[in-house]
Amino acid sequence: MASPVVEFKNVSKTFGGQKAVRNISFHIEKGEFFSILGPSGCGKTTNLRLLAGFETPDEDGGEVRILDRVVNHDRPYERKLAMVFQNYALFPHLTVEKNVAFGLEQRGTPKAEIVSRVKGALEMVRLDPDQFGRRPPAALSGGQRQRVALARALVLEPSILLLDEPLGALDLKLRKEMQLELKSLNRRLGITFVYVTHDQEEALTMSDRIAVMDNARIAQLGSPAQIYEQPRTAFVARFIGESNFCEGVVQQRDGAWMVIQRADGSLVRARGGEDRTAGETVKIAVRPERVELCQPGAAPATHNVLPGSIRQVVYRGEMLHVRVALPGGGDMVAAMRNEGQLRTPVSWQEGAACVAVFHPDDARVLEEEPK
Amino acid sequence: MSGVRLAWLRWSARRPDARAWGLMLPGTGWLLVFFMIPLLLMLVYSFMPKGMYGGVVAGFTFEHYLRFFDPLYLKILVTTVLYAAACTVLSLLMGYPVAYVISRAGPWKNLLVFLVIVPFWTSFLVRTYAMMFLLADEGLINKVLLALHLIEAPIAMLPSTSAVMAGLVYGFLPFMVLPIYGSLEKLDPSLLEAAEVLGAKPFARFMKIVLPLSMPGVVAGSLLVFIPALGSYLTSDLLGGAKTFMIGNLVQQQFMKANNWPFGSAASFVVMAVVLAAVFGFLRQRDNSEAGGL
Repeated sequence: MASPVVEFKNVSKTFGGQKAVRNISFHIEKGEFFSILGPSGCGKTTNLRLLAGFETPDEDGGEVRILDRVVNHDRPYERKLAMVFQNYALFPHLTVEKNVAFGLEQRGTPKAEIVSRVKGALEMVRLDPDQFGRRPPAALSGGQRQRVALARALVLEPSILLLDEPLGALDLKLRKEMQLELKSLNRRLGITFVYVTHDQEEALTMSDRIAVMDNARIAQLGSPAQIYEQPRTAFVARFIGESNFCEGVVQQRDGAWMVIQRADGSLVRARGGEDRTAGETVKIAVRPERVELCQPGAAPATHNVLPGSIRQVVYRGEMLHVRVALPGGGDMVAAMRNEGQLRTPVSWQEGAACVAVFHPDDARVLEEEPK
Repeated sequence: MSGVRLAWLRWSARRPDARAWGLMLPGTGWLLVFFMIPLLLMLVYSFMPKGMYGGVVAGFTFEHYLRFFDPLYLKILVTTVLYAAACTVLSLLMGYPVAYVISRAGPWKNLLVFLVIVPFWTSFLVRTYAMMFLLADEGLINKVLLALHLIEAPIAMLPSTSAVMAGLVYGFLPFMVLPIYGSLEKLDPSLLEAAEVLGAKPFARFMKIVLPLSMPGVVAGSLLVFIPALGSYLTSDLLGGAKTFMIGNLVQQQFMKANNWPFGSAASFVVMAVVLAAVFGFLRQRDNSEAGGL
C-alpha cells in the first residue's frame, strides 16, 4: 500500500493554555477528498493551519507528515501544497491574471510558461481568460472570485489542495454548483483535497471521508455513510443530520443487538455498544426518517415498538415531521414523505394514540463523550 | 415651527443635493471667511506696488514675482524644497517601520497609537524650545557627554542645518506614522498567508503585497509631512538661526520686518504653486501606477 499523503501523529496545539487541537491522529490517502467538519471553535481551522504551516505543533506535540516527511517546522511554501482561503484572499491590487501568476512568478517559472499555464488554469475553473484576465478582483462577483482563488491554487499543480470553508460566502444555488465542480476537479486532477467546513451537508455531498471534530478532538472519522448511519457519539448524531435520542439500562445481548430497558419498562434493541456491560445506562440514537408510525396493534414484530401519542405535526413541504410523546418522558420524531396524509386528518390529531416503530439495525448505542 | 420644518423636509427630500449643501455650510462658511478671503487679499496684494510703511498702494505690477527670480531667492526656494523633501524621506524611512510594528502589535495597538499622538499635547513652539535646551552647548546632551568624559569640549550642535532637520523630522513624524498605520491596519492578514503559501518569502511579501497596498498611506503621509515642512519657519528660525533660511522665514521677514507685504504675498504664492505641483505630481504618478497594474 502506498504511504499516505498526509499524516498527523498525536498532534497537539495549545494557544495560551487553551488546547485547540488535542492529540489528533489521522492520515489522508492520495487523491482523497477529505473533509474536516465541526462547529466553530472545534479546532478544525487550527488543524488545517497546522497542515498548511501557519502554525507549528506544540513541543512534543506530535508530528505532521506530508509525503513521508516530517514538516513540523517547514514554511508553507516548502510543503508542496496550495490553499483556497475562506474570504478568497485575492490580491486586490493585482489583476486576475497577475493573481493567478503570482505563485509561478515566485517560483521563477519562465514567462512564456506562466502565460500558458495561467490561461489553462482560468479555463479549468471555467473563467474566460480574455474576458476576465485583466480585471481587478473587485470587478468580479463572489462566485467568480472563488474561481480565481481556485485557479491561483491549482495553477501550481500542488500535491495537496487545502480549502478553508471556501463556499461559505456564496448563495445556495452557486454553492451546490461549486460542490459538484470541486468534486469533479478532485477526481479529474488526482489532487488530494483537504476541505474544512461547518456545513454537514456539504461534507456529506463531496467527501470520501470526513473527520468530525468536537472540542479539539476527532469525534469520528469515516465515510459519509459511516458517519451518518453509525454515529459514535451523541455529538456526531446531533451535528450531522437530525437524531432521536432515548436512554435506558443495558439488559443483555441479543445476537448483534443490545437490549435496553427504558424508564417505563419498555425494551429497545439497538446496534453497537459491544463494550457496555449490563446495568450501565446508555443513550441510543435513531434517525427520524427511519422511524415509522403505525396504529396501535399493527406494529411488525421484528421492530422496536414505542407506544405514545402525537404531540405535534410539523409541515415541511415534501416532508412531515411528526413528534410523538412517549410515556416515561422523551419524544420521538418520525419524518415521512408528505403523501397527502393530512387530507384524512382524523388519525393526525394532537393527542391521538399511535406507535413509533423502528428496526433495531437503525438504532445505535452511543459512546460516552470524552470530557 | 413644525410647518417650517415640514416644508424644509419636503423641499430637501426632493433635492438630496440641498441637504448635502446644508451639511457643508458651516465648514465651508468658516473656510470662506478665514481662508479664501485672506488668500484672495494676498493674491491681490502680490500684484500691487509696495506702500512706504507696509501695506500697498494702488496700481498693478509683476515686479514682486519677477524679483523672486533673483538667484538669492531662488536658492532659498530650492533649499526649502530640498529640506522638505529630505524631511519627508527621513520621516518615511523612520515612520514606516514604526507604523508596521504598531499595526501588528495586537492588543498594544491602541496604546502605541496613543503614544505617537502624545507629543501633540504640548505646543510645537514649546517643544522646539525644548529641543534648543537639549542641543545647546550648555544643553542636556553636551552635559551628559561631558560628565561621562566622552568629550572634552561641548559639541556645537546649535544652530545648524542638522538641528533644523532633526527638529522638522521630529515635528512631522507622527503625520507620517498615522496614515501609514491606517493603511497597514486595514491590510487583511490572510493576503500575506496566501502569498506565503504561493511561495513568497518575507522580502517578496513586503515588496509585492504590503508595500503596494500601503501606498495610499505612504502618499497621504508624505503629503502631510512635505506640505507643512515646506511652509515651516519656526524650526529653522529657532534651531537654524542665520544658517538656514527657509522660504517661511523669508515670508515672515517680508511681512514683519521689511514691511514689504506684496513681496511676502508673492513668495507665499510661489510656495503654494510648488505645493500644488508636488501634490498633483504625486497623485498622478500614483494613479498611473495603479491603472497600469504591475
